[in-house]
Order: sequence, then C-alpha cells, then structure tokens
Amino acid sequence: MAAPPTPAIELKGISKSFGPVKANKDISIRVMPGTIHGIIGENGAGKSTLMSILYGFYKADAGEIFIAGRKTRIPDSQAAIAAGIGMVFQHFKLVENFTVLENVILGAEDGRLLRPSLAKARRELQSLAAEYGLDVDPDALIEDIGVGMQQRVEILKALYRHADILILDEPTGVLTPAEADQLFRILDRLRSEGKTIILITHKLREIMDITDTVSVMRRGEMTATVTTAQSSPEELAELMVGRKVLLQIEKAPATPGKKVLEIKALRVIDADGIERLRSIDLDLHAGEVLGIAGVAGNGQTALLEVLGGIQSATGSIKMNGDALDLTGRHSGGRSRRARGIAHVPEDRQSEGLIMDFTAWENTVFGYHRDPKWARGPLMNNAAIQTEAKAKMERFDVRPPNPKLAAKNFSGGNQQKIVVAREIEQSPDVLLIGQPTRGVDIGAIEFIHNQIIALRDAGKAVLLVSVELDEIMALSDRIAVMCDGQIMGQGPAASADHIGLGCLMAGMGGADTQQMQGWHISAAAKADPAQEPAQAAGSH
Amino acid sequence: MQKMPQWADVILVPLISLILAGALSALVILAIGESPYEAVKIMVQGAFGTTNGWGYTLYYATSFIFTGLAVAVAFHAAMFNIGGEGQAMIGGLGAALVCLFVPFPHWTFALLGGFGAAMLFGAAWAFIPAYLQAKRGSHIVITTIMFNFIAAAVLNYLLVNVLRPTGGMDPATAKFPEPTHLPTLHDMLLPLGIQFSKSAPANVSLIMALLACVFVWLLIWRTRLGYEIRALGHSESGAIYAGISAPKVAIISMLISGALAGGMAINNVMGEAERLVMNSVEGAGFIGIAVALMGRNHPFGVLLAAILFGFLYQGGAELALWTSIPSELIVVIQALVILFTGALDNMVRMPLERLFLSLRRTEP
Repeated sequence: MAAPPTPAIELKGISKSFGPVKANKDISIRVMPGTIHGIIGENGAGKSTLMSILYGFYKADAGEIFIAGRKTRIPDSQAAIAAGIGMVFQHFKLVENFTVLENVILGAEDGRLLRPSLAKARRELQSLAAEYGLDVDPDALIEDIGVGMQQRVEILKALYRHADILILDEPTGVLTPAEADQLFRILDRLRSEGKTIILITHKLREIMDITDTVSVMRRGEMTATVTTAQSSPEELAELMVGRKVLLQIEKAPATPGKKVLEIKALRVIDADGIERLRSIDLDLHAGEVLGIAGVAGNGQTALLEVLGGIQSATGSIKMNGDALDLTGRHSGGRSRRARGIAHVPEDRQSEGLIMDFTAWENTVFGYHRDPKWARGPLMNNAAIQTEAKAKMERFDVRPPNPKLAAKNFSGGNQQKIVVAREIEQSPDVLLIGQPTRGVDIGAIEFIHNQIIALRDAGKAVLLVSVELDEIMALSDRIAVMCDGQIMGQGPAASADHIGLGCLMAGMGGADTQQMQGWHISAAAKADPAQEPAQAAGSH
Repeated sequence: MQKMPQWADVILVPLISLILAGALSALVILAIGESPYEAVKIMVQGAFGTTNGWGYTLYYATSFIFTGLAVAVAFHAAMFNIGGEGQAMIGGLGAALVCLFVPFPHWTFALLGGFGAAMLFGAAWAFIPAYLQAKRGSHIVITTIMFNFIAAAVLNYLLVNVLRPTGGMDPATAKFPEPTHLPTLHDMLLPLGIQFSKSAPANVSLIMALLACVFVWLLIWRTRLGYEIRALGHSESGAIYAGISAPKVAIISMLISGALAGGMAINNVMGEAERLVMNSVEGAGFIGIAVALMGRNHPFGVLLAAILFGFLYQGGAELALWTSIPSELIVVIQALVILFTGALDNMVRMPLERLFLSLRRTEP
C-alpha cells in the first residue's frame, strides 16, 4: 500500500472503449484528501467518460479504483454514493417544482412517512449550511431560485449523502462571474474541511485559481499531471491541444461601413408575459463585430430570437432601410435567411442541430429549401453530401464523416458544423450566440478566426456571449445588456472589465465614466442601487 | 456511434422478438392442451399453403400496409395518429359515394376516382384533430381516438338512414355498379398463365399499396417536406429555429397520414365488399399502429410487418376453423406479437446491443 497519507481516490489503468472509439486509455490518477484536483481537456478528451466510470454510469473495460486505499467496485451510482462519492452534473438533476429540502432528501428518504425525514433533513441541512457556508432557503422552490443556488442544492445533496469526494462537471458553465466566485469560495471552504474535490473544466483560469493539482487529458489519454502552482496557463493549454494556442486574437482594426441593421424601441413580451426586452435601440454596421455583453438571462436570447425571426416583438428593425417582419411567424426564420441574416443559436443541441440527423443533413438545416439543393421535387442528397464533406474538411470537423449523426460528434465539432453552415452562406448579418460555449480551446480559436474573417469580408456580426473575455477579444463595439435594456455602449478598445461589470449589474458610476467614448444610458445612471437581474433559468 | 450493425437493428431485433412471442404463444397453446406444432402447421398451411390462403393473407396485408404507412408518416412528425380506424371508415364513405354516384366507364377510372375520394375523406377526417393539436394544443392521441367513435356513429347514421337502399335489410349501401369492380389477383395473374384462387379477395389495391410504400419512402427521405417532417419530429425548437412552420408541417403530415389510412378503402370497400357496410375496417386501423411499430416506421419494414400480420389474421382464422383453439386465443397470439415487437422492443434490443459491443471489443 502507498505510504501515508493514503490518496482519497486513486484510479489505476482505467480504459474504456465505445466500439472502435477509445474514450479512456490506461488512465491513472491519485488525488490526496483535502485537495482540489482539476481535470482539464478539450471536448471529447474523455473527461466526462472517466468521471462517469467513477460514478458508476459506465463500467471500465480495464483498471481499478481505490477509495481511501481500499479497492472498490463501482457498478452503479448507488455504489458510488455508498463509497462517499458525490457528483454535481453540468445539467442539474433537480425536480423543479419541489422545494430545496424535498430535492435534498429525494432518494434518501428514511421510512415511509415524509415528515420525520424532512424534519431530520432540515436539521442536517442547517448544520451543513453552517459548516460550509452553503446558505439556501430550504423551503424555496427550485424553479424560483437562480442557477447558482440550484448548484448549491446539488452540492448539498451530495454532502447530505455523506460524500467525501465531490466531482463537479463544468460547474461554472451556467454561472455568472459573481456566482462562479461564490462557488469557488464554497469549494475552498469544503477543501479546508477535508473534502476532496475533482473539478472538470476546460477553463484554464478556473484551474489556475483554485486547484492544487491538475491532470490534463487529450484524446482519451492523460498527458500530464502537474502541481498547479508550478504550471502556467500557457503550459496547460499546450498540453491540452498538443500545440501552442493564441489566447488573444490577432485582428486588424475594423473598417465599419454603412448601417445594416437599425433597431428602434424594440420590446418583447414573451409567452409567459415576462418583458424580456424593454425598448432597445441599437445599430449594426457592415464590417464590424458588435458584442452584446451581459449576465445570461437579461434579454440577449430574446434579442437574438427577434432578429432571427422566431420571436415576436414591437418596435422596428430596419435592414438596409427596409423594415423586417417582427410578427415572429412560425416560418420567420426562413424569411430572415432569405434576407441574408444567418443565425448561430445559443443552444446548438435543441436548436442549431437536429441531433438525430446526419451531419450532412444538418449542413443544410434551415437552408434545405434552397433551390441549389433541389433536384425536381426531391432533395439532391448526393450534392448535399459532397458539399458537406468539403465543408467539414474546411472547418476541420472531426471525424470528417458526413454520414455520422450529429449527436455522435463532440460539442466543439457540433458547433463547428453549425458555424460552418451559417458562415459559408456568406450572410450580410451573422447573429451568433455563445459561439464557444462548451467548446474546446482548439475549436474556440478556429471559430473566433472565422468570425473575424467574416467581419473582414465586410459583413456585420452581432455577437452575444456571457464570456466577457470573448466579447472583449472579438468585438469592435460593445453594448451591455441588463434587465432587458442596453446599459451602455461604446468602442471595445476603451472598455475594461470593471466598467463592463458595473454595467452588467445595471449600475453606472465612476468606473463606467472612465471608458472613453462610451454612451451610458439613463437606465444605468438613474438607479445605481438597482439589483442585478437574476439569471432566469438555464435555457 | 453505431451500437450495432444496421442489419441487426432492422432484422435481428424483430426476429428475436417474434421468436419470443411465438414461444410464449406455444406455451399458451400447450396449456390448453393443443399441440403448438399442429397449430403452426395449420396457420402456415392456411396462410401460405394455397393460392386461396395467399389471397387472403395479401388482402389483409394490403389494408395493413395503408394503415401502417399512415401511422408511420405521422410518427415521423412526432404525431401519434391513433385515428387510422376512423379515417379508414370515412375514407370508405368517400370511395362508396363516388362508386355509387359517379358513372365510371372503366375500373381504372373507378380505382383512381375511388382512391382519390377515399384519400380526400380520410385526410379531411384527420384534419380536425390535426388542426386542434397544432393550433389549440388538444392532444392528438385523445382527439384521434374520439374521432374513431364519431366516425363510427356518422357511418352508422348514414348507412341506416341515408345510404341504405329502399328495402335493404342491413345497414349497408347498395352494391356498387359493375364498372367499379376491381380486378382480383385471379383476374390479373390469369393472362400471365398463373392460376390464382378465384374466391380470394386480394386485388389490384395491393399494387397501389406497394406504390404507396415507394411514395412514402420518397416523401420521408428524399423530399424537402419529408426533411421538415423529420426535423419537426426530432426537435420542435430546432424546426422553429430553421424557419419551418411547425403547425403547418404537423397538419400536413396528419393530412398525408389520414389520406393513407383513408386510401385503404379501395381494398376493403371497393376490392372486397363492393358496397359499404358497417365495420368494414375490421380493426385494420389499430393493427396499423402495431405494423408501424414493428416496421420501425420505415416503408419496407411496414411492408414486411403487414405481411406478418396478414399471416396472423388469415392463419388465425384457419386455426379457429380447424382446431378447438378458441378464436379468442388468436387475439392473444396477435397481442403477444404486438407486445414483443412493439412495447418490449428494448427488452431485446439492449442485451443485443451489449452483445455486439462486446463482440466488437474483442476484435483487434
């Protein structure tokens, strides 16, 4: 047995294949108790597969798992929980119309009657909250609390089941920067209380900020395990993709041309009667990237959907002087495409792609009525397939097999399929939402370069992203949204994190005044104490 | 990633399901003291042993192809059309009306006219639930079931009060005029020198059913409309993003579905009864659901499944005729086949997928 201290968890020689695909090849990790261990890697590197093996979702083809020095078999998640492993998934597994308390005990009720369990859970929850600083209202309904809170409930669920080892899969993907900070404080607290944490992410900054040790995965293999303090983001990035990547984008200054889109007094009230946009005024010019910054859920989705023709609105949008139809008819997306407006939606899995369609079918999705793809009354599948193959090679989609279903590609490659489809239309306006959400570094760089290339070709790009770094890196002009309003807009060159952060929280003030050439709206100045809008849901 | 080769998915899974259903049926037959071997022999002999048996098997299969395709098309748009029964009844009404009131000069005109009217009526009957689903959110499963009963009531009223010839003793229309008589397989095969049973009801509708299979295949996998139907079926939010009008495509898919179910009338109403009687559909609308399930919503699968159910219908009738096995047991056997091939599909599929995965792993 290893010399003390014994690792809290140790994996030895884990391998797992899915058919011909080797998702994990001979992986070994040791994680010491009371530490945070990061696992970083591109999409499809095998991080999630490894954790699924650890949590009992998959059975490894080979290899052994030791928990606190004891060899442990984990055939299912029950066994994982019994072994003291808790998992917080990227997509929370909570019952929306249950309270926090009910969610915590779900599956861990003792006895047939609920009341004693609830009372016991309430006491335990209070002591857990006190111990780890995890404040949540036990009686709040899940649907009423923000994403950050929901994540705490997931952590509490694991702790309630006496987890000593916590696995978090891309925990900050759905969080605002402030919520992410809070999460890290909680993780820090958990670490100091002796819990062992495994953090799966593809964000280098998070790894640098919080982990003690980090393992890098690439194409199913563990390429390195290093002590975080002795590494650098550049080194880790290189280990991840096997080559140096530019974290900064090189681009020439923009040469904005004529006004392409003119948005006036745009207002959206959605199907639930919630006002998503409150009188938005925006202009978009040819040859520029306009970045819309903001915390998720502050109206950016509605803005994209109105421009994309699938959400109704009042006010007006003029494209090259002609008014666009704002009725949000069911076929609205089609008429927008005909006008030269391409749309990369925020959610590729439920909108941008049909996951069960093949890659080649997806490469014409939305453009399938283009006469170019028709052969009489039928679709010219052969032509579409040939073109799809070429497109996939141009955009480095791996594997470049157009007959594979979209769901069989990794997230980054799925996104490349969507981006390839929209950009290759050479649209006059590209709407692009969260272009690199859940996308690995290599693909991020590629997608960013494609966006800049489109801009340089004199096209207009409207970029919506919750990643401030992405907005700063790509945009020529930035507009900040909060609570359905534009808080301010101005040149990207003079924008800084602090000023943008204030505007994202709906506040004006001194920090925003320092940004040269920025127009701060009255809404931001009027009420500096205004609470930042809660991120509404995770869609 | 493909979990198992396509041939296993398409052929092996239904085959194993069938064998399981057969095994269980054999046990049931044993339990009531009959010989399963004899039973199978009678069924196969009855359904495939003579041209007469073939004629009945194919006659049933023709109806099931139409209703199976109907369910399959709607299913591709994620609409569960349980109203094939009612749509086929109303389709029969359409066929009967043109046969009775349009003086067709030749059976070819009658076939086309009858087919057109049957499809039109079937589609119209499907339109109401489709509209209610697409525009008002009424669940299609509920409304189509309801519409089966309404169709039966409408037909009952019309046959008793309006279409029954004076002096007629049963709720049925008059016999259709002679030029609407469709050639049976006997008529069609005779010029080729093949002797086919004269009394079997299989008729030229079989050809139309096969054409319908080709049509549906083209529609679903080769046309833009089919692309939109499938896109909608997989993801409504995706379809809306792509500018596909979800309500419109949903309604169109139901119209096509209803037309296919209604089109069945050329087989049972024009081809066989040559008049419209009550309950002329005989449950074919419901069998269509099982046929589509078993055929995995693919026209070729529907064709094979329709022939299988044709065999079960015809073989089952023979079984009831020649043995003391009660006719209720035939329903049990049919139900077992539906249960295993449709509802318990995953029971066979998942172990098989695991088997293929482990086989592939051992390969280099």
